Amino acid sequence: MIWIDTILQGILLGGLYALFALGLSLVFGIMRLVNLAHGDLIVFAAYLILVLVTLLGLGPFLAAAIAAPIMFALGFALQRLVLNRVLGTDILPPLLVTFGLSVLLQNALQEGFSADSRRIPAGWLETASVPLGPISLGVMPLMTFASAILVTLALQWLFYRTSLGRAFRATSDDPVTASLMGVKPASVFAKATGIAMIVVTIAALYLGTRANFDPTTGPARLIYAFEAVIIGGLGSLWGTLAGGIIIGVAQTVGAQINPEWQILAGHIAFLVVLLIRPRGLFPRAFD
Amino acid sequence: MAAGKYTVVTRTAASQAAALAALALLVIAVALPAFASRSLIQDMFFILTMLTLAQFWNLLAGYGGLVSVGQQAFVGLGAYMLFGGAILWGVNPVAGLLLSGVFALLLAIPMAFFAFRLQGAYFAIGTWVVAEVVRLSVAQWKAVGGGTGTSLPRDARDAMWGVEWIEMIFDTRASAARDILAYWLALALAVATIGGIYLFLRTKRGLALAALRDNVEAARSVGVDSARMKWLVFLVAAFGTGIAGGLIFMQNGRISPDSAFSIIDWTAFVIFIVVIGGIGTIEGPIVGVLVFFALQTLLADFGAWYLMVLGGVGIAVMLFSPGGLWGLVSGRTGIELFPIRRRLNRRD
Repeated sequence: MIWIDTILQGILLGGLYALFALGLSLVFGIMRLVNLAHGDLIVFAAYLILVLVTLLGLGPFLAAAIAAPIMFALGFALQRLVLNRVLGTDILPPLLVTFGLSVLLQNALQEGFSADSRRIPAGWLETASVPLGPISLGVMPLMTFASAILVTLALQWLFYRTSLGRAFRATSDDPVTASLMGVKPASVFAKATGIAMIVVTIAALYLGTRANFDPTTGPARLIYAFEAVIIGGLGSLWGTLAGGIIIGVAQTVGAQINPEWQILAGHIAFLVVLLIRPRGLFPRAFD
Repeated sequence: MAAGKYTVVTRTAASQAAALAALALLVIAVALPAFASRSLIQDMFFILTMLTLAQFWNLLAGYGGLVSVGQQAFVGLGAYMLFGGAILWGVNPVAGLLLSGVFALLLAIPMAFFAFRLQGAYFAIGTWVVAEVVRLSVAQWKAVGGGTGTSLPRDARDAMWGVEWIEMIFDTRASAARDILAYWLALALAVATIGGIYLFLRTKRGLALAALRDNVEAARSVGVDSARMKWLVFLVAAFGTGIAGGLIFMQNGRISPDSAFSIIDWTAFVIFIVVIGGIGTIEGPIVGVLVFFALQTLLADFGAWYLMVLGGVGIAVMLFSPGGLWGLVSGRTGIELFPIRRRLNRRD
């Protein structure tokens, strides 16, 4: 019974990791850009929500709803003013710029909020749980998982049912031809990063309400997110969700065997998948 | 005969002057402990070890196109093997440096096997994950202190080769003598690294590597085996990085998983040094490490601001001058201190 519980908790934790990863997957799928500051942007959004909650006395969900358009604008500007300049065949400049951004963000947060760990207060939701037979599942983990599925569905809909999605796919396939058809890659990329930042805000909401975070929390989240994306297969949104679940289950199972092995087990699961299926479970893109 | 009319030259006037200046600097550097203060020796040790790490990262990323953010795996494992060797098997720490290099090399083989399955940016994350796995595994190694770390045992510190001799000729205490020993080793390592990379780049294989740096497809079309070059570069960089790691913590005398596998200290700083100085050149990391040290000294009292400035400068360089500071200098003046370009001169 304890194992069923462990695996269920792992699946729900996987929902959180999938939320970390979906924004990354979106941006990578469209512009082949790997954002090393992704984890720090999640932590930044968590601080933004925290500030809105504590200063304005809002609930965390309303605060996240206000933070989302702010993050969209930041993502849009970041892509437009900085990242678009370094996109190209050479992968080094975007990697180094986002790496610099990561260090910059971490230390700016440290300067602004100190190194103390914080948590977004979520009232009764923090401890609420639903009994499911002999097992009880937390309401927050369930909501996280449901959000991960909803975000995946929403992105899927955006990609395949809207004109913006068509522009995304066209630019992803061939930016030059897409621009001949009246699509402006620079602005498409900026919108994509903006949307990724909305996903980042949702991820930040659950990161901040479920556990403590501090300015240095970002890089570890980035690694989990990457592992989920690679396990799932580059460019596949449902694959990313599956990848998140695999990391989550590996971590809770590892922690059940020995609490010190939690993180290690997740990494090892990633390496094993890489060994067996180098291109991930559901590969779409050839990169 | 046509062949007799031309000669192939790589030397330039600037490089000859640089070689003479380097020789003079080297003589001064070797003699430095005779007249410099202990804190200067320690600063020089820091500069030289960071320079070594930067040269190897530059070899990987600048020439091999392998952007690794997992170099802390080699620093950390190298350092831990030096400590493990001294604690478990009584290996003299100076000899332990060889263990550092060899074990880093052994780690590089499976690491490359995994990471080379990933392209470009995903390679970067792959190396990072492996480094995390090594860090978390080493934290389980109870004999060297597990998660909290340990110190180099007293008898291992006292037994270091050459310390007694240095104590005698410079008439100093053992702790200062150990710093001098570490400084000389760092100097030797840095000179061997720069000299080795430079000589390598001037060989046929070095030419192949430089060709890969400039254009992978073109290089492959003339028969450069890019996969083999990548393996070679990755393994060499791991070996050197491991030795540097061992040396850094031999001088430090204390080790913990968080300090030995710190991504900020051993990878982020190194990347900034290379990028700010100028990636893909030997001169770049040298310029970069001096700028880095100057920034660190100037901004030492400002805590997190220092790293913010470093991150900001790194971004600005990448956006506005991708060739780094050295790229600006050599682009304007054409000066190359370590020329590897072959020029055909007519013999008169």
